[in-house]
Amino acid sequence: MPIDRAEVARIAELARLEFLEGELDDFTAQFQRILDHIEKLKEVDVVGVEPTSHAARGEGLAGSTLRADAARGSIPVAEALSNAPDPGNDHFRVPRMI
Amino acid sequence: MKLDDALQIRDDVLAGRVSATEVAAAALRRIEEADGLLRAFLTVEPERVLERARDVDRQVREADGNLPLAGVPVAIKDNISTKGLRTTCGSRILGNYIPPYTATAVRLLEEAGAVVIGKTNCDEFAMGSSTENSAFQVTRNPYDLDRVAGGSSGGSAVAVAAGMATLALGSDTGGSVRQPASFCNIVGLKPTYGRVSRYGLVAFASSLDVIGALAHNPRDAALLLSVIAGEDRSDSTSSSVPVPDYLGAISKPLKGLRIGIPKEFFDPGLDAEVKAIIDEALKNVSTLGCDLTEVSLPHTPYAIADYYIIAPAEASSNLARYDGVRYGYRCARPGDLMEMYVRSRARGFGAEVKRRIMIGTFALSSGYYEAYYGRAMKVRTLVRGDYERAFEGVDLLIAPVAPTPPFRIGEKVNDPVAMYLSDIYTVTANLAGIPAISVPCGFSASGLPIGLQILGRHFEEDTVLRAADQYFRAFPVAPRALRV
Repeated sequence: MPIDRAEVARIAELARLEFLEGELDDFTAQFQRILDHIEKLKEVDVVGVEPTSHAARGEGLAGSTLRADAARGSIPVAEALSNAPDPGNDHFRVPRMI
Repeated sequence: MKLDDALQIRDDVLAGRVSATEVAAAALRRIEEADGLLRAFLTVEPERVLERARDVDRQVREADGNLPLAGVPVAIKDNISTKGLRTTCGSRILGNYIPPYTATAVRLLEEAGAVVIGKTNCDEFAMGSSTENSAFQVTRNPYDLDRVAGGSSGGSAVAVAAGMATLALGSDTGGSVRQPASFCNIVGLKPTYGRVSRYGLVAFASSLDVIGALAHNPRDAALLLSVIAGEDRSDSTSSSVPVPDYLGAISKPLKGLRIGIPKEFFDPGLDAEVKAIIDEALKNVSTLGCDLTEVSLPHTPYAIADYYIIAPAEASSNLARYDGVRYGYRCARPGDLMEMYVRSRARGFGAEVKRRIMIGTFALSSGYYEAYYGRAMKVRTLVRGDYERAFEGVDLLIAPVAPTPPFRIGEKVNDPVAMYLSDIYTVTANLAGIPAISVPCGFSASGLPIGLQILGRHFEEDTVLRAADQYFRAFPVAPRALRV
């Protein structure tokens, strides 16, 4: 499937990324090469095949560990804010939204 | 002091022949001596390490608890959280991130008496096969400084190979423990999906990620796995299957084991020199009393395409959390919220991470979902089915780890598809969720390490480790001098 700059720019918007004007051509070419490779999957007959979304399957395997739905303690607010780029008083500060 | 045998160090520390502090100091000296060139570590805090080692010594003196890893220096890949110790994932976006909690695997290591020596370099968010995608430095192969260490756990592999740590944790999403182990002449074990808790492992592709063990020999890998394996209430995908005695099982004879050779792993893409060394290893295995038969995993040729849809799809979702709000890099003076998200991510992530987020976003987006992600999940079922059928007739599979010996630094950085193809023999184990190990197998004519891969059924790490240990001891690779 051919992919062009406009489509790459649209996907970048969905991904909350941006490419500078000078990067876009290179990136589009790389994206095309990767896409050409993954197109190989179209050769596989998948009629009637169930999807696998996870490596885990079956009893005792991963995914079967559920805990009771009970409130538990969490880390203190000060610790939760310790890595924030712009911590406020008990909150995260962000730029204006509107 | 040699730091290449965890069991020996543990026994010596427990018997008082050497202290944990002396072992830690030796590891720090070796880092001082070698890591300027090798560049395996991103963070080492010597005072913290020595203080921790003194604690272990006190525990040993007071006979306080069961310490199966007493005094053993362990390196931790920098995508595994360590409370109070910088954890960058090799990314600028987490360049100053100090985790408020510790990963379960690291907690278990420390409870067993291990000393965390430092955090190791990796491809950014574990996305890569050479450790060249780190935002900070390129780790070099200790057998040839112009060659890659492999990846993405290249720093962990080099830390062990060069004697800067005795054991290391890595993570394996598509081969990131096994391939660098193969490139650095050490052992790398990828456990069954769910065997080791992922709590505190920074998520890349959650249905594939697993924490793995790097060591000098299979016995030490078994020791490490026995400490970190098991169910964890903090990871609902961790498994409740009982953890067997890996060390106890290791010496059972191999006689009668049925071993399959997957013919698709010996395709024209396999380097002739690697093939010759693997063929020789297969002959050696047959002398241990195992029956060898050829088997087929017919969907192997589609595995790379399958993996490079599924892993980026999951990554694009997992990496949405890096938005410049709660932690990590935020761009300077954003005009509004959307600009903050976009600029922080565009500047904080490196090229390969952006590529994968883009591919994943594309494969999950409206109009393409069924044709790409939907189809990839079905092909994953077929890949897994290949293994299920093969394991009806054999107990283990033996194959190469990587199609070539370690390649040159820079050789593949501008060709993402060529880099992806170097994962051809490792990604299928992740898609199927089965355990696999890389064991040293030989050197190329130019002195580059080559590993052998042994794969087993779900939760049969004991059989995988047993075969690896007996091969390792029966057919040792003659040691070669490191370049540092």
